Amino acid sequence: MEQDLTKFNPVIGLEIHVQLKTKSKMFCACANNPDESVPNTNICEVCTGQPGSLPVVNKEAVRLGTMFGLALNCKINKDAKFDRKSYFYPDLPKGYQISQYDKPIAERGYLDIEVDGEIRRIRITRAHLEEDAGKNIHPDGLNYSLVDYNRGGTPLLEIVTEPDITSAKEARIFLQELRNIVRYVGVGTADMEKGTMRCEPSISVRKPGQQELPPYKVEVKNINSFSFAESAIEYEIARQTKILEEGGTPKQVTMGWNEKAGVTVEQRSKEQANDYRYFPDPDIPVLNLSDEYIDLLKAQVPELPAQKRKRFKNEYALPEADINNLINWKELTEYYEQLVSEIQEWLKTDQAASKDLDLQKLMKLGANWCLQDFSALLNAAHIDPLESKVRPENLAELLKLIEAGKISNSAAKQVFAKMFETGGEPHNIVEDLGLAQVSDTAVIETVIEAVLSANEKAVTDYKAGQQKSFGFLVGMAMKELKGKGNPAVVNEILKQKLQK
Amino acid sequence: MLANLELSELQDKLRKKEISSVELTKYFLERIKKHNESLNAFLTVTEDLALAQAVEADKILANEPNPGPLTGIPFAAKDLFSTKGVRTTASSKILDQFIPVYDATTIKKMYAEKTVMLGKTNLDEFAHGSSTETSAYGPSKNPWDLSRIPGGSSGGSAAAVAAGLAPFALATETGGSIRQPASLTGISGWKPTYGRVSRYGVIAMTSSNDSPGTMARSVKDLALTAEFMSGYDPSDGTTANKPVPNYADNLKSDLTGMRIGIPKEYFVEGMEPDVQARVMEAIEQLKKLGAEIIDVSLPLTRYGSLVYAIVTPSEISSNLAKFDGIRFGHQSKEAKTLNEIYTQSREQGFGDEAKRRIMTGTYALSAGYKDAYYLKAQKVRRLLVNEFDQVFQRVDALVCASVPNVATKIGFAKDNPLHGYIADQLNIPASMAGLPALSVPAGFGAAPDGPAGSQLPVGLQIIGPQWGEQTIFNIGHAFQQVTEWHKKFPEEFAD
Repeated sequence: MEQDLTKFNPVIGLEIHVQLKTKSKMFCACANNPDESVPNTNICEVCTGQPGSLPVVNKEAVRLGTMFGLALNCKINKDAKFDRKSYFYPDLPKGYQISQYDKPIAERGYLDIEVDGEIRRIRITRAHLEEDAGKNIHPDGLNYSLVDYNRGGTPLLEIVTEPDITSAKEARIFLQELRNIVRYVGVGTADMEKGTMRCEPSISVRKPGQQELPPYKVEVKNINSFSFAESAIEYEIARQTKILEEGGTPKQVTMGWNEKAGVTVEQRSKEQANDYRYFPDPDIPVLNLSDEYIDLLKAQVPELPAQKRKRFKNEYALPEADINNLINWKELTEYYEQLVSEIQEWLKTDQAASKDLDLQKLMKLGANWCLQDFSALLNAAHIDPLESKVRPENLAELLKLIEAGKISNSAAKQVFAKMFETGGEPHNIVEDLGLAQVSDTAVIETVIEAVLSANEKAVTDYKAGQQKSFGFLVGMAMKELKGKGNPAVVNEILKQKLQK
Repeated sequence: MLANLELSELQDKLRKKEISSVELTKYFLERIKKHNESLNAFLTVTEDLALAQAVEADKILANEPNPGPLTGIPFAAKDLFSTKGVRTTASSKILDQFIPVYDATTIKKMYAEKTVMLGKTNLDEFAHGSSTETSAYGPSKNPWDLSRIPGGSSGGSAAAVAAGLAPFALATETGGSIRQPASLTGISGWKPTYGRVSRYGVIAMTSSNDSPGTMARSVKDLALTAEFMSGYDPSDGTTANKPVPNYADNLKSDLTGMRIGIPKEYFVEGMEPDVQARVMEAIEQLKKLGAEIIDVSLPLTRYGSLVYAIVTPSEISSNLAKFDGIRFGHQSKEAKTLNEIYTQSREQGFGDEAKRRIMTGTYALSAGYKDAYYLKAQKVRRLLVNEFDQVFQRVDALVCASVPNVATKIGFAKDNPLHGYIADQLNIPASMAGLPALSVPAGFGAAPDGPAGSQLPVGLQIIGPQWGEQTIFNIGHAFQQVTEWHKKFPEEFAD
């Protein structure tokens, strides 16, 4: 899959569908529940297109679309309207999809992303609201098909970019940043695996320096993860480059990504554009959004990932990789901020006990715990950080116990597992499980003296240069201390005694 | 005879216990049994439902000190209104056995008033027409002359009310479908301001025009039904959130100070002399009632039909897309592929007129033509609205003929396509502008193709500004206080 980038440059645009997290569907009161598993339960006369039924716009969907447009630096169309897009398909109950054609809720925005240390501005053509279709089901071995309309009429936001993206990696980073914005603004869950975010890249390649767009583009469908998006784009770039190198011209087609084979497969030829006969839906009045409404929502746009990334760098001085990993999980960043403020509070109010502790070290340690043990347990339990039983002040205390040498790392993992399972304060759990670390030098000295006198042979061997005898003596001392000796202190005292 | 009584008279009899709702209902059901075969007004008679509703209404009439004014009164509904559990065909084979799962908002409102639904009435297929001749179930007949059309598309509702098979009926307008049949059958019809009455549950024809209204024996009856039909509906985003006046209580019979415009463009070439004479007589009556008569001009009138000819099929082609044989309605039995389900079900289910409009509309909305046709038509429509706005700064209402002719013979329109076009000119501009209008009986005229001395109803049209329902009701009511035309009843149906 090696490509010679000096010969051809990729031109990539993205079309992204995001399911909106509203209570009800886009144009009726039916529940918008992507997890509903019993077919045709969340349906009514409107979303099944019964004769005479009419759509009424979901105000919350308009609010989310507007907020998202503002987050993407878009112009909000106050006179946004809905249009009918006509085509026949069994999962489309009315014979047309209600979408937005020439007056989308938002247009002409941009999103800045960082690729290899460089800021790249990707222009957003438009973001528009529309209804999703149902699902056609083709039962194996049967000569008929079924349709489930549960998803029919649920709200979607379609985001279209300009063909500004120049590599597969850039596309992947853009998608991840967009996913983060969807979640930060609270628009949806944007889960590629679950299909609550779907992406269709359009890919073509051109000669370096060529300004005009290539005379063709290839759209790839059926991509359900960020890494598949990256792989599919890379594959297409290589495939098209090869065709051009061999003197051909790639066809304008729609391809599907076959994740098992790692290749794109032609789905249908798109030589002729479909005529969807768009016209304004006469059932839905123009939205007429007021300036006050837009200003109000502008003020409600939360801190976005890029701003938060910058602030985390300044305030917490974490390594870039940690910051990026935290930013990808909005709720975890919120948890982390609470954790840090607990630590700061404790350092301020209990200066005597914390004189040897370093805020910077604790913040880094906190990030490690959030991104490793905590994330793993949260993912396994399918819950968000603030839903877990580990309260930020309790994790803060655990960090202090570790940092002060009160418990070993392995003991801390046991304590944390218990905290996650039952909740509670770490010092109580340490006590209950008997995991407190012995750092008292007097106690350790007595134990080591006894070990040395009981193992004279090992002492002699060590002095004769056998390093492994040192490990043996540490092991014996730890055994006497029931595994709770502070390893650093044990090592230190043993070394001193042996040098005598 | 109860068949020719107005709603207030029936209400009076019910309250005084001179008659029960069950008796009244049985009376009309009997009349339907007796006369529907010759009229073809009803496609479905809901006898069981009607009697059950009448029993409920009688309980309320017996127990409540102040029952609603429509309690216990029977009505008919055009078969374009979705009625839960009651076959709703739109007079199309594609919906021949269709049983809706929900009630239209207006049907719900009628039920909430404890009215009694007698059945569903014939119409042109999907309301495409002005004679009921495009109905898959054959045309309805005009009670004044059974060889003639009752008009359309609400022809079944008009025939039912005119022949006394129902005291009032729900109907719909898109471009004259209430005014024209009301005029041709000698009854009163109300086309509301667009957005005054919910369209929810009315099978769509032209969504930007469709206006559900009523047909009855007097303007007072229309005003009363209008109070219950009107109002904001959260299920219809195009209804207006405006209070509904007590139209019936506010009726006036004095027109002093009322400025009534006579638009010269509405006195079209080809208008029958008797019709013109009746309209001129009616205008004289209005003058006597105190109205100031002002000549006005609406030069864009002739473009109304052209705009309609593009906007209507365009929206129809889209609104009829849902009839695809997948979820409801006719599905071809021979179809083997998805494409065959679509093409065969629609080929077999739709009549010729629906197919013509689907094709015309699909063409008008196609890439490359949409700008020249649909978008341009919408711009002209805006100009029509502006022209009406201007004229309504000078006058309170406009008066003209509802239809330039009396009822034609069944089959006449097929050979005289331009005839309908002339009639359209009087109805369509107000439809395209979403204005309220009435047709009220204004006398009788001879049919040019009828025997000498034949007398067929003539209708007077009253057009008001947006939300001007009270004004047009007042004019119509005042007119009916000094005329007897609305009380005429076709002799053939007197018993």
